[in-house]
Amino acid sequence: MTETVGHSAQIRKTLIACVVLVAGMTGLAFASAPLYSIFCQLTGYGGTTQVAAAAPAEGILERAITIRFDANVATGLPWTFEAETPSLPLKIGQTATVFYKITNHGADETVGVAAFNVQPDLSGSYFNKLECFCFTDMRLKPGETVEVPVVFFVDPAIIKERDLDKLDTITLSYTFFASKNATKPVAALTDLQKPQL
Amino acid sequence: MAYAAADHEAHADHPTGWRRWVMSTNHKDIGTLYLIFALTAGLVGGFLSIMMRLELQEPGMQWFTNPQTYNVFVTGHGLIMVFFVVMPALIGGFGNWFVPIMIGAPDMAFPRMNNISFWLLPAAFALLLISMFVEGAPGSNGFGGGWTVYPPLSVAGHPGPALDFGILSLHLAGASSILGAINFITTILNMRAPGLTMHRMPLFAWAMLVTAFLLLLSLPVLAGAITMLLTDRNFGTTFFDAAGGGDPILYQHLFWFFGHPEVYIMILPGFGIVSHIISTFSKKPIFGYLGMAYAMVAIGAVGFVVWAHHMYTAGLSLNTQRYFVFATMVIAVPTGVKIFSWIATMWGGSIRFTAPMMWAVGFIFLFTVGGVTGVVLANAGLDRNLHNTYYVVAHFHYVLSLGAVFSIFAAWYYWFPKMSGYVTPDWIGRLHFWVSFVGANVLFFPMHFTGLAGMPRHYVDYPEAFAGWNRISSIGSYIFAFGLLIFFYGILVAFLRKEKAGESPWGAGANTLEWTLSSPPPYHQFETLPRISGNDH
Repeated sequence: MTETVGHSAQIRKTLIACVVLVAGMTGLAFASAPLYSIFCQLTGYGGTTQVAAAAPAEGILERAITIRFDANVATGLPWTFEAETPSLPLKIGQTATVFYKITNHGADETVGVAAFNVQPDLSGSYFNKLECFCFTDMRLKPGETVEVPVVFFVDPAIIKERDLDKLDTITLSYTFFASKNATKPVAALTDLQKPQL
Repeated sequence: MAYAAADHEAHADHPTGWRRWVMSTNHKDIGTLYLIFALTAGLVGGFLSIMMRLELQEPGMQWFTNPQTYNVFVTGHGLIMVFFVVMPALIGGFGNWFVPIMIGAPDMAFPRMNNISFWLLPAAFALLLISMFVEGAPGSNGFGGGWTVYPPLSVAGHPGPALDFGILSLHLAGASSILGAINFITTILNMRAPGLTMHRMPLFAWAMLVTAFLLLLSLPVLAGAITMLLTDRNFGTTFFDAAGGGDPILYQHLFWFFGHPEVYIMILPGFGIVSHIISTFSKKPIFGYLGMAYAMVAIGAVGFVVWAHHMYTAGLSLNTQRYFVFATMVIAVPTGVKIFSWIATMWGGSIRFTAPMMWAVGFIFLFTVGGVTGVVLANAGLDRNLHNTYYVVAHFHYVLSLGAVFSIFAAWYYWFPKMSGYVTPDWIGRLHFWVSFVGANVLFFPMHFTGLAGMPRHYVDYPEAFAGWNRISSIGSYIFAFGLLIFFYGILVAFLRKEKAGESPWGAGANTLEWTLSSPPPYHQFETLPRISGNDH
């Protein structure tokens, strides 16, 4: 049975290769979540905005783009949320500050976190934020109102993007969700708790 | 270690009674178990679909009181047919039975792993059935979000434990398939008879090899995606929840990265089977053998880079859609190679229209119809209109219900004499074919029309305007179901008459290795390995 001996070494090799393949694919599946968000941040995919440290060095261009401000609150969060102005004409490269007003109408302290993007998707990699309330969780006492700023500019590099030649409007959209990472249980969330087995 | 079970001392062992089946390490017995399991699950899945057609026969609500229950039936039908009927029948059943024999091996490489592969399935099936009887969406039992299990409906919309049972069921079924796939790959790569090079290997073995690789690459991704869903549901993670920085679209990407190769997993074994049947009953070797083998490899490879054509309406950028339209259409090329090679095999052959041949030719016709609507749906612009309509239902039932299922019946009538040792009267198989062929077309062809007219999927009710074609579809489903009675009658007759099948009941033309063995084959075959020379595929 010398044939069998040679065989079983060969078979073990195939088995190990298969197991490695399965483990690798499982790893990739789980790695996909962080990889996907890195991919979106790097490429502006799906209208993911960029974070900048300073205003652009290229200066301000003549071409203007209208920035629209869209503000939403998801169900389960007893807040109102609106921008001080529905839209704003802005020269490319010019830095603007817009304030949003957030009010907690609930009876409890609640924590919200904002998800955001811009439309059209392609403009995501040119839309830069210097400062934003959306980078951290927001904690509001009952009845509390806060005004928070977003400081942003449109990168002058956008004029090199042929597909955005005719772009005259960018919509910046925010949606506040009840934070799942909140340390204190959120009243509105407990209504959505699942029944126990 | 496991290989030792196929060693010479073990050959004398022939367990009997319950030990033979429950503790089986014999590839033929395990194959039989898989086939019986698939038939049983098929009856459950078929019952669910008949209930759906009864309900849809007339507008309004007839049989269901809670529309959510209808959606649970739709979901159950899909999951059962995919994971517990088509895959066990084609891969576990016919694959286990005939891959080792066709490559001249005494058994699978890991016979004990083969046993656990099978026995994970009834457990998985039980979990799925339990899931239909525990609370899902508030106030109703079972999960009703479709077999794709998209969040947020599957996370926020079904707070009850039904989907948790469903996810664990898919975990077990996935583990079963992964173990099975490892077994097939190891067997095919290492245990071919002396002289049987890869390029002389029968096409069914090629098909199973490609299928096994697809399983190995795609199932872990599904397992990962549904595990993330499970933790999103129960442990407060937010992989797919925008509230915590996640993205529900990511789930769609992960699901379809599995889901698209999955449809080839279901059809490739059928391609292999049909090739053998066409060749046998045309008394000609298969036309373009190497092209046929590598067409399957190409379909498998390209199948991994087209997944987002299921997501045209999910907000993909125009350039992304352009790529996926193009890549999807590329698949029509190797598929065309296969269709035309089958036709070229028949061309000028001495054709006998036996029952398996009828099913195989029926397969080619129906699969081509489904393939053509697939090319239609590949266009992102058209798909915007047809997405989630009955046109899509018609398309995937033509390739799966009429493609994969017809290949299962073709294989059944082709290999039944070999597996059981008894002959089914050929007229029963042919009658079964004609009833099924008419029934399936009456059932699914009108769905093209209702779909083009805009009827959406996943609804228990519909406007009066769609009533006519829906009534015809329902009648078709009853005809198809009646065909199953003929099928079971055929099995009954075979086992009652006990007319012996010889070694090679199909005569000249059937020249793969299984036809050199007795019918049924000995409990352990090829104690002396066959030597292969020449190119008999």
